[in-house]
Amino acid sequence: MEALKQSVRKNIRSYAMLIALAGIWLAFSILCGPVFLSPGNLSNLFIQTVTVAIVACGMTLIIVTGNIDLSVGSVAGFAGAVAAVLQVRYGWGTAGAVLAAVAAGMAVGAWHGFWVAYKKVPAFIVTLASMLAFRGLILGVTGGATVSPLSGAFRAVGQNYLPDVFQHPGSFNGSALLLALAAIAVFMFFEARRRGERLRHGFEVPAPGLRAARLILVSAAIAGFFGILAFNKGVPYSLLLLIGIALLLSFTAERTVFGRRLYAIGGNSEAARLSGVNISANLMALFIIFGAIVSVAGVVLAARLNAATTSAGINMELDAIAACVIGGASLMGGVGTILGAIIGALIMSSLDNGMSLLNLDITYQYVIKGLILLCAVWMDISGREK
Amino acid sequence: MSYLLEVKDIVKDFPGVRALDGVSFGVNTGEIHALVGENGAGKSTLMKILSGVYPDGSYGGQVLVDGGEVRFDGIRAAERAGIAIIHQEFALVRQLSVAENILLGGELHSGGVIRREASLAEAEAALKLVGLEINPEIAVGRLGVGYQQLVEIAKALRKNVRVLILDEPTAALSEDESRNLLAIIKGLAARGVACIYISHRLGEVLELAHRITVLRDGRTVSTEEKTAMTEASIVTRMVGRELSGVFPEKESGTGNDLFEVSGWTAEDPASGMRVEDISFKVRRGEVLGIAGLVGSGRTELAMSLFGAWGPGLAGSVRLDGKELGITSPRDAIAAGLGLVSEDRKKFGLVLPSDITTNVTLASLDKVAARGVIDENAEILAAVSYIRDLKIKTPSPEQRAVNLSGGNQQKVVLSKWLMTAPRVLILDEPTRGIDIGAKFEIYGIIDRLARGGMGIIVISSELPEVLGLAHRILVMRSGRVSGELDGKTATQEKIMTLAACA
Repeated sequence: MEALKQSVRKNIRSYAMLIALAGIWLAFSILCGPVFLSPGNLSNLFIQTVTVAIVACGMTLIIVTGNIDLSVGSVAGFAGAVAAVLQVRYGWGTAGAVLAAVAAGMAVGAWHGFWVAYKKVPAFIVTLASMLAFRGLILGVTGGATVSPLSGAFRAVGQNYLPDVFQHPGSFNGSALLLALAAIAVFMFFEARRRGERLRHGFEVPAPGLRAARLILVSAAIAGFFGILAFNKGVPYSLLLLIGIALLLSFTAERTVFGRRLYAIGGNSEAARLSGVNISANLMALFIIFGAIVSVAGVVLAARLNAATTSAGINMELDAIAACVIGGASLMGGVGTILGAIIGALIMSSLDNGMSLLNLDITYQYVIKGLILLCAVWMDISGREK
Repeated sequence: MSYLLEVKDIVKDFPGVRALDGVSFGVNTGEIHALVGENGAGKSTLMKILSGVYPDGSYGGQVLVDGGEVRFDGIRAAERAGIAIIHQEFALVRQLSVAENILLGGELHSGGVIRREASLAEAEAALKLVGLEINPEIAVGRLGVGYQQLVEIAKALRKNVRVLILDEPTAALSEDESRNLLAIIKGLAARGVACIYISHRLGEVLELAHRITVLRDGRTVSTEEKTAMTEASIVTRMVGRELSGVFPEKESGTGNDLFEVSGWTAEDPASGMRVEDISFKVRRGEVLGIAGLVGSGRTELAMSLFGAWGPGLAGSVRLDGKELGITSPRDAIAAGLGLVSEDRKKFGLVLPSDITTNVTLASLDKVAARGVIDENAEILAAVSYIRDLKIKTPSPEQRAVNLSGGNQQKVVLSKWLMTAPRVLILDEPTRGIDIGAKFEIYGIIDRLARGGMGIIVISSELPEVLGLAHRILVMRSGRVSGELDGKTATQEKIMTLAACA
């Protein structure tokens, strides 16, 4: 029973944020009418969320270590520019251009890691410097002009959908249906295996009622998510990319030695050091991985716009950090989840989407987003004091 | 006649521990009242109540000033009532000047603009009260600790303080500085200020105080005139029990040499603190005690041996005769050393994480394959330590921050036991934990030693060192000032080596 309470308490942030997301959707569906909850609008909303959500997943781990990265907007824009310039001006294939962009992102990550982990310059400053520098380098790489058009294969990363396996003329996408079934099956399998192992070791397992509720809710969420996509154009590649990155990072955070050490570094760096954790090496590795993630987001962004622009990625760092914080990450370090960050990103882009549908003046859109961020963190802090 | 300041039946609970359980005493105008007790007896908690750090409502019992009950809702309220506290760690802003520090929170200004000349004059007047003739415009960080202490007192005096609480004021001071401070305190008392003086140094207490209150396990044991007390009678009251029953019987014969340190010299790159020319041995199954005053370099020795300062400057560290060449905590753990550090919250625990995570942190390789943690193996490991060390928790998934001090310490201990060390260094292993958990930790130390581990126990509590150690190393000013046999050592012998130049 106590373990159950613990697990509820541990996940209360995610639940609270899910409820908040549902509340926001409900509010917009009342204010905007049925158009907000239509499959077309919701899939559009998911696609709009992808780039920020990809960055937010990685940013969570950066924040978990007690660091921050303000440069992601500029670096994502830079990576997109590198890929676009290589393709448009030098005729590179899509794979080569994307790999070069990712390599560039990792190099930037290594540069940050060097200064933060080994030279002990605060990440805030190191990445603030990069935020400025790479905004400038975008101009240098692109020559100050928009670089386009990209090849069909490149655009596909940001614009295309998984082909429908059934090829029938109906309005329902079969691939999305298959993916939903596969995802539910995989989820059920891992849940059952974990439960079996815990029982075998004599650990506490959730009560049957609770377990059934969890299985049904998660399955319904998966079905609902893919259902929305199925009734529209199907599953976008970019969304699959996000799901892949999120699963990989969640696994890293929760199940690997590397992930565990990141939490320890952020929770208490002195205790981590005295427990034999090589703080510098772990931070270096994290920044390099994050550089790769940011560059992937930059590539997706360029692909969606079919161009590299000089303003690509502006303010992305703020949206990503807001998503992490709304999703429960603590800027003090040691606390944060990937799932939370994705929900946070969804909340932010739902606000964008809904307020645009309402034709709300852009002035109020910024003000409202700002206030919601403030309130979310305040509620979190006052919740923790109790 | 009523006391200037009196406390009655104060009770204060922390999660899992009752820190104060009915404390009562009173102070008169112009009196120096000493408060003594072992670490964890409740002195600091009591002082935090008196100075408003723990506000009214967070404790039980009464605080009276001039016979009337007062309820402080914060430090400001206590200050208005004329109560000021000088903490062990100074509350000074190092970057600001002496004058700015003295006037901090009570700046002289007209319309928000600081009146510079008036401020300097005011600061100089306050400094004169503590006999300090320094330029009030230099940064506090440039002063030595002795002067900083006096600046802190000057700051308190400026606020028309009626009761001055001093918490271990001489702990970090040199002999001369201490003597100077004691003279100033006597002067203040003569001018009518009531002083509550907390100290471990019983000699000072007997020289300075008019009356002495002894606390033990959160209770008042006695309040008596100084003339009725001797060092021995104070110690008896502080300890309050026959020590023989508390500590496990020491194994007389210990094994061959296990851990050997010779000519060890190291410097903390951050603070510049040094330990110099340290040599000692620990045998298999032996408990070596390290005693010394605060600031004598005990903790620094432990940290440097563990590689926390990087490589040493000179000397050698050997395990089983093999030179270790430790340059980082990682090396130390790999070589078979463990360090239960002094401050478990600062150096030991990842507080937001659960017990399991904390226990396995230093030995993740044992529960992981190819970098992936086996969740079940991890929980099993944590559960086995929870059982072995009797950690009181509803589940291994309880977060460390929610545990009592004693159980937190057992979690840290578990973490180090899981690394299977050959030599375990414990720095203040029972600080701030309740008596029951203390005895359990003594039992664990004894069990580990009997199992052949070499143990080094650093402690400020002399009875603890005497009760546990087979041999005792005494440190002073970063060096070893003597070595005593555990059977024949006494508190006096240790104090002589620790305090006398």
